[in-house]
Amino acid sequence: MSGGHRLGRLARAVRLVVLTIGAAVMLAPFIWGLAASFKPAAEIWSGSLRLLPESFHGWENYTAAFNRAPLGRFLVNGVIVCGGILIFQLIFAIPCAYALSKHRFAGRTVIFGAVLIGLLIPIHVTAIPLYLGFARLGLLNTYAALIAPFAISVFGIFLFRQFFAAIPDDLIAAARVDGFSEWAIIWRVVVPASWPAITAFAIFSVTSHWNDLFWPFIVIQSTDLAPPALGVVYFRRDESGVDFGPMMAATVIVTAPLVVAFLLAQRRFIDGITLSGVKG
Amino acid sequence: MSADVALSTRLGRAKRLRRLAEAATGWGLALPAAVLMLALILIPTASAALLALTDYQLGARRVSFIGAANFVEMWRDRVFWQAFANTLIYTALTVPLSVGLGLGAALLIEADPTGRTAFRTIYFLPVTALLVAMATVWEFILHPQLGLVNVALRQIGIAGPDWLASPDWVLASLGFIFVWQQTGYNMILFLAGLKGISPELYQAARVDGADRGVERFTMVTWPGLAATTLFVTVITTLYSFRVFDTVAALTQGGPSNASNVLLYNIYREGFVYLRTGYASAMTLVFLALILMVAMVQMRARRGHSA
Repeated sequence: MSGGHRLGRLARAVRLVVLTIGAAVMLAPFIWGLAASFKPAAEIWSGSLRLLPESFHGWENYTAAFNRAPLGRFLVNGVIVCGGILIFQLIFAIPCAYALSKHRFAGRTVIFGAVLIGLLIPIHVTAIPLYLGFARLGLLNTYAALIAPFAISVFGIFLFRQFFAAIPDDLIAAARVDGFSEWAIIWRVVVPASWPAITAFAIFSVTSHWNDLFWPFIVIQSTDLAPPALGVVYFRRDESGVDFGPMMAATVIVTAPLVVAFLLAQRRFIDGITLSGVKG
Repeated sequence: MSADVALSTRLGRAKRLRRLAEAATGWGLALPAAVLMLALILIPTASAALLALTDYQLGARRVSFIGAANFVEMWRDRVFWQAFANTLIYTALTVPLSVGLGLGAALLIEADPTGRTAFRTIYFLPVTALLVAMATVWEFILHPQLGLVNVALRQIGIAGPDWLASPDWVLASLGFIFVWQQTGYNMILFLAGLKGISPELYQAARVDGADRGVERFTMVTWPGLAATTLFVTVITTLYSFRVFDTVAALTQGGPSNASNVLLYNIYREGFVYLRTGYASAMTLVFLALILMVAMVQMRARRGHSA
């Protein structure tokens, strides 16, 4: 509790002990999984609590993981899908949010109403009709099927609209006087003034789609198109269950990109999540 | 006189034209997004509602309108009720825990500068981790004979259960994985909420004689966090309704539906048994749960501002 109150020595010790126990639980799967990815099967299944491997088996586990499944491909798919989704979301949401916050026109409230309704409807509700639609178009099992349903982000529109509203109207009026088209105003005035909101949204979007399993699970059948989350499920399916070392190595590989990105840009990640909390 | 009228009508026309032009630009900018919202969210939702009234099976040539028959079947469907109940039990287990722990972590972290950044980073780390991948590690840690948890329990003389294969424990074990990931997310939102409480309120409380930590919490911190707590609870509830990944990866709803949940059941009916119409009807139940939470949130918010 803030407010300039200092804790007593006992309270500080208790705080440290409690937080450290919590931290140990939070870190346990990362550390234990990483350690297992370096161990031979015999050690993994020895039921020992030893953290460090007695004989280092990391090289074997990681090469086995790469041989057993196209892990690199999963990661590339993740980048293609998350990148594609993000680009479309920005291209469609930003102009719409700008129109909603800076233009008055009949139907504006209707569009904003649709945004508010959309905020309540997750992909799980629309999944069956969307699946039928993609099947009709012959687009199942394609990147298009992975990206298209998320091309519009109502959350993005909602977030940007709020942010754009704070941009002074004078700034936009001045740009108009200077002969900027509306399109130019968006990309050269509004967007540069909104980087915090855009990076926050980007982090939010990439994190959620990198982690999404439900939709890829439904529309993708081939290993070559699997994003990381689905890749893990495929990897598990092929796994006999005994060979846990390569499994853990694969886990480390698909988890590492976002975790490393977070560790490198913590402030931005945390701001991104906090800003996504303005939804309330 | 007539010149004035002419001028004012001309001005009026210019104004109308400008307004029309503005409307055209507005629509031009919003139209692509509006079309996509219609095509990807609103029409599919309406279609799901229509499909729920049919006997459509994936790939079938014929489809007929069967009214509420899917809902009648659902009413009698034991598996559906089990999935429904499991989802609610899972939510009842995970929401209080992850909201409470998130709040506790935020309060403790803010209470003193020592290790503040490090703890915040560590607690947030699970949020960025790929859930299905980490679920695999948890499966390993929860292994009945050789997992970290049961080996440790055995050393203090307790025989741990088979966490993910016991009907009594599987839901709690999956819930634990959810709490592990959600706590850090909630902590971050609570930390932001704490930042929003003005330090002057604490000073005022001190002047009023609220000296102990507990008093400051009940008089200032807790009321100051009301809006945040409501939001965190709502979003955690919605996330917990959506439990799917851990079930699909670790248990496939088993053993004997003990971990079957709404979304997994919808997936199975719709895409394994190919009963599209029936699965759509279940989707509407899922949507109804979401809308109920949204309504409670709106009520509660109105209560606050009143």
